[in-house]
Amino acid sequence: MSEATVLMQGNEAVAEGAIAAGVRFYAGYPITPSSEIAEIMARRMPQVGGTFIQMEDEIASVTAIVGASMAGKKVLTATSGPGFSLMQEGLGYACMVEAPIVILDSMRYGPSTGMPTKVSQMDLMQTRWGTHGDHWIIVLSPSSVQESYQLAIRAVNLAEKYRNPVILLSDETVSHLREPIDTALPEPIIDRRLPVQKAGYQPYKTDATLVPTIANLGTGFRTTYTGLVHGESGFQTANGHVAETLVQRMRDKLFNNLDDIIRLETDHTDDADIVFMSFGITARGVTETVETLRSRGRKAGSLRFITLFPFDDDRVRQAAGPAKTIVVPELNSGQLVLLLKRVFGDTRRIVPLNKVNGDLISPAEMLTFVKEENL
Amino acid sequence: MRSDFLRLERLPDIWCPGCGNGVALRALLEAIEQLGLDPDKVVLVSGIGCSSRAPAYTAFDNVHTLHGRAIPVATGIKLANPELTVIVVTGDGDSSAIGGNHLIHAARRDVDITVVVFNNYNYGMTGGQASPLTPSSSITTTTPSGNLDRPFDLVNLAAGAGATYVACSGIYFTKHLVDHLKKAIAHQGFSLVDTIVQCPTYYGRFNKKGNAAQMLVSQKDWLVLKSVAEKRTPEQMAGKVVIGEFVNIDRHAPAAASTVKEQA
Repeated sequence: MSEATVLMQGNEAVAEGAIAAGVRFYAGYPITPSSEIAEIMARRMPQVGGTFIQMEDEIASVTAIVGASMAGKKVLTATSGPGFSLMQEGLGYACMVEAPIVILDSMRYGPSTGMPTKVSQMDLMQTRWGTHGDHWIIVLSPSSVQESYQLAIRAVNLAEKYRNPVILLSDETVSHLREPIDTALPEPIIDRRLPVQKAGYQPYKTDATLVPTIANLGTGFRTTYTGLVHGESGFQTANGHVAETLVQRMRDKLFNNLDDIIRLETDHTDDADIVFMSFGITARGVTETVETLRSRGRKAGSLRFITLFPFDDDRVRQAAGPAKTIVVPELNSGQLVLLLKRVFGDTRRIVPLNKVNGDLISPAEMLTFVKEENL
Repeated sequence: MRSDFLRLERLPDIWCPGCGNGVALRALLEAIEQLGLDPDKVVLVSGIGCSSRAPAYTAFDNVHTLHGRAIPVATGIKLANPELTVIVVTGDGDSSAIGGNHLIHAARRDVDITVVVFNNYNYGMTGGQASPLTPSSSITTTTPSGNLDRPFDLVNLAAGAGATYVACSGIYFTKHLVDHLKKAIAHQGFSLVDTIVQCPTYYGRFNKKGNAAQMLVSQKDWLVLKSVAEKRTPEQMAGKVVIGEFVNIDRHAPAAASTVKEQA
């Protein structure tokens, strides 16, 4: 173990990763199972010259971080399903004004108050489609405490680089795991690009990157933000051509950079006849399941979604290898499986493995499932 | 008023003929000019509604947010960069209905922002529906038989929630309004100015308040200076609204600081 190795809880790793990435503003509201992040930030923000504020609800939390982001800070808030539902309004606003923000959603059992202390993966589609209107969001999913730290850094980096909200989609179990982690920086820290020329400044004018260089508030550029459709000047318009151009650019600024944004982890998919596709905590059980099946001579493999969205069908098809059977274990009634059915159609056998009782899917249960379903 | 405080290329504004919002915006710009604030360090933040279109016409940094959410966005901006002068422009519905919770909590925290409520007693942008500040019995499109509810007393709501500067004024009294906006902006802590404007298109028309000019001039009858109101009987004050300064607490003064300590 290196000197940088420390024992951390998942939520603590998110907080420390965010701080390492430069987050200096946190606004939040208590909710199980993410409350530790607010508690840690209340103590840590003043230590690093940052600001912590406990807001009156999650709507205020997400809008406060949008404001702080506009004023130039790297920002984070953390919540769980019920709070994430309230944040959808601010999330859509952040998409529209292209404010870099990071939201951690630690998934618990739902809907509504559900089972606050029980794990689920029921918010997957909510991260992508929870707020109204056409919009694009980056969603990253950690499977361990180590990865919670690394992806917190990556989430802040991607938010700043692409001026887009990033969701860190964790879950109750990863949030509360304690594991030894290496706190060395996994990648260089990225700061948002800022405009240089004040004369003729247009906040939403972009170059080939399609990512605008919007000035931080108070820096003399006299910028304009609105959630209304806006042209390059930032001023609202009801012009359909401008609207179409804006929405397409917000898509393309991410989809032109899928090599940079998408991370898929594969294991033995090149020769596998059965592949498990999963994300988050469920992928931990898959690792052991694949090892066991391999030790028994079965050509098993796995694909783990580190980046869940943007979702690129071609990349998933390539990563899947030749396997005829794809098992999709997830802690919901079938969300990831919908995407995979779209990707593979009838070309593969897609088998959902769902668990909705608030517990994890153990490797033994996966092995039994493979046996009983004759997969 | 300095014309370079406006983005003239964005005019004409969206407001109806006779709307009071333009006068209120001008008063706000006068106040900013008279205070000699650095225009690069002024940020105007708004929610959704007629009032909330005002900041985009100004040459300052301006942030048009979500319905009711201007105050938490402004809170984030102010805490992220305390050297900025952060002013929220909002309406009666935006600030006291959908944004009411944010209003009272910002007042409780005494966050150093100024909230200017362009109060036209109804939702103008959506066609003249009742707001929490619509007087009882008033006709709106959602109270066709007269408003059954009682309105908030916005001044006392803000004061009760802990605002350290609260004033009320009307656009007929432009000097009075500019003076109180100046004091609110200069105040260290949470400040609110209830700024009464006319909506001749909806509230005025539905309640037979006359045309825009008549509504504006009528303010001199039903808005009563605090110093005058104090000498009047309750009967004389029926149907009147008192304008002036209602709260002005310097929490940074030694006396105030010790009070807080004793309470703790």
